[in-house]
Amino acid sequence: MTFSQFQVRFHGRGGQGVVTAAELLSVAAFYEGRYSQAFPTFGSERAGAPVAAFCRIAEREIRTRAPIIRPDAVVVGDPTLLHSGDLFAGIGREGYVLVNTSGDLTDLDLDRRLAGLRPERIVALGATELALQHLGRPVPNAVLLGGLAALCGVVGLASVERAIAERFPGPVGTANQRAAAEAYARVARPAELTGASPD
Amino acid sequence: MLRQIEGSQAVARVVAACRPEVVCAYPITPQTHIVEAIGAMVKSGELPGCRFINVESEFSALSVAIGASATGARAYTATASQGLLFMMEALYNAAGLGLPIVMTLANRAVGAPINIWNDHSDAMAARDAGWIQLFARSNQEAADLHAQAFRLAEEVSLPVMVCMDGFILTHAFERVDVATREQIEAFLPPFEPRQVLDPAAPVSIGAMVGPEAFEEVRYLAHARHLDALGVIESVAEEFAEVVGRKSGGLVAPYRTQDAELVVIALGSVLGTIHEVVDEARDRGLRVGALGVTTFRPFPLEAVRDALAGDARLVVLEKAFSSGFGGVLSTDIAMALGGATARLSTVVGGLGGRAITETSLRRVVDDALEGRLGRLEFLDLDRAAVERELAHMAGDRRSGPIAENVLRAIGAGTAGIAGRRA
Repeated sequence: MTFSQFQVRFHGRGGQGVVTAAELLSVAAFYEGRYSQAFPTFGSERAGAPVAAFCRIAEREIRTRAPIIRPDAVVVGDPTLLHSGDLFAGIGREGYVLVNTSGDLTDLDLDRRLAGLRPERIVALGATELALQHLGRPVPNAVLLGGLAALCGVVGLASVERAIAERFPGPVGTANQRAAAEAYARVARPAELTGASPD
Repeated sequence: MLRQIEGSQAVARVVAACRPEVVCAYPITPQTHIVEAIGAMVKSGELPGCRFINVESEFSALSVAIGASATGARAYTATASQGLLFMMEALYNAAGLGLPIVMTLANRAVGAPINIWNDHSDAMAARDAGWIQLFARSNQEAADLHAQAFRLAEEVSLPVMVCMDGFILTHAFERVDVATREQIEAFLPPFEPRQVLDPAAPVSIGAMVGPEAFEEVRYLAHARHLDALGVIESVAEEFAEVVGRKSGGLVAPYRTQDAELVVIALGSVLGTIHEVVDEARDRGLRVGALGVTTFRPFPLEAVRDALAGDARLVVLEKAFSSGFGGVLSTDIAMALGGATARLSTVVGGLGGRAITETSLRRVVDDALEGRLGRLEFLDLDRAAVERELAHMAGDRRSGPIAENVLRAIGAGTAGIAGRRA
């Protein structure tokens, strides 16, 4: 994929691992020879509180320290956040949106809210269910990363898997890699997997 | 070694490669990741010959470092915000005794109102404590400055505080070439203390000094600070020879030649400023930037040289002196021979409010058009301020200001992304 800069904003709740997701994305991009920068917006850290994390990926050194105002992609770790504030502020018409939900995007009113965007770039992924399946824990960050890699191609799956393994050596990493790979497959080839979704 | 790494982890690795013998710290956000990582390295044996001492407060943390340093041990600690203020008495002692302790300050606002996010009010509170204060622009520089800090501290026998922006740097993952143990060994000689508590050759350190000699002792500390200016430059050069990249030094000019406007700042906001400078240059505007890397001792001459000419100056500060104005601005003016109409102070980024490129672009345009006042507050919500002023004027028992302002702007828990201008 060619670009001069690609910016991803993650929205989630404390405990979902969205800060780690942004960090792992930056590591995956680093493996591919790019410059990248990941940083969180922390409140006083606590489970369940809204958290945002950012990742910039670029062909040259990233110097700005400002938060991402015009994201190329937005990842929503918890659909209940859709009611609090405009998670999609600043996203352009070519933007990508990945939402963690096993429900339908129309139920979330997203087709209306994201009317200007290309429909194939707005994807729902049951990331928490996949995480429960693979990890036994409702931590969807690796799953979302796999899905994001498939959706926008800003990093390859192999780099995502390598970043996961480096951060989480051992069985936890392996399980997260498998979860990310399955998410990648589901988003990359949804047609082939029709009917294979857990619900 | 080139890695994609959190700023705190990069700093922890470089500090460990400097082989401190005593590390003691008390956890406080956003510094905690650094000492956690060092603690883990001590426990795993990755950092041999080092004792990690748990203490019950920041006051004790620095007091332990003082004791350790006085016995000839290389000592390190880290803190932020109220933690630094709780160390205040020990800060003056470390400097007054001339003990080469290195400390990371993960810059964070000072309460009240309580706020865990970044600004420079903690560093400014300690400005006159006698420590050398260095400010990092990036995590690369933060990591590199720690190696330089040990060398510098031990050479001039003064404590050194490496300031890195809390969260913005400490919690950012980015590319850092982390100096290896071999590189550090080639650069940092073993600690040879000027004074040491040694039972074999007893001395006392910390004499009571009366009016007959206090001024002389203080003057000698000042003289050492002035000597440090030269040492800071030579240490930065030697470091560059070993690792092959430049970091540290006194000041960092960026595209200042022929500039009509120079934006001056401390710390990580310089990265955003550089982006805005490049963009302004693309628009044909002659704009440059000056980073002040060494804040204490203040490099008067280097600043004067870097700001030669008659460019307008904007000092962007993440702290200010209530009832007065800019802190860094005052020093810059002093370097230029006193107050000058070409200098404006812009206070911004307080308590973690994001400094955006849009806002900086506006500052640049306003400065070039002569629309900037002597003291400005970036992205200040005037309406919120006016509302509370009116409220206070109309009601004797107007209540707590912080709570009132939060209620009026409809905020629950404050966020770091700040207000969209």
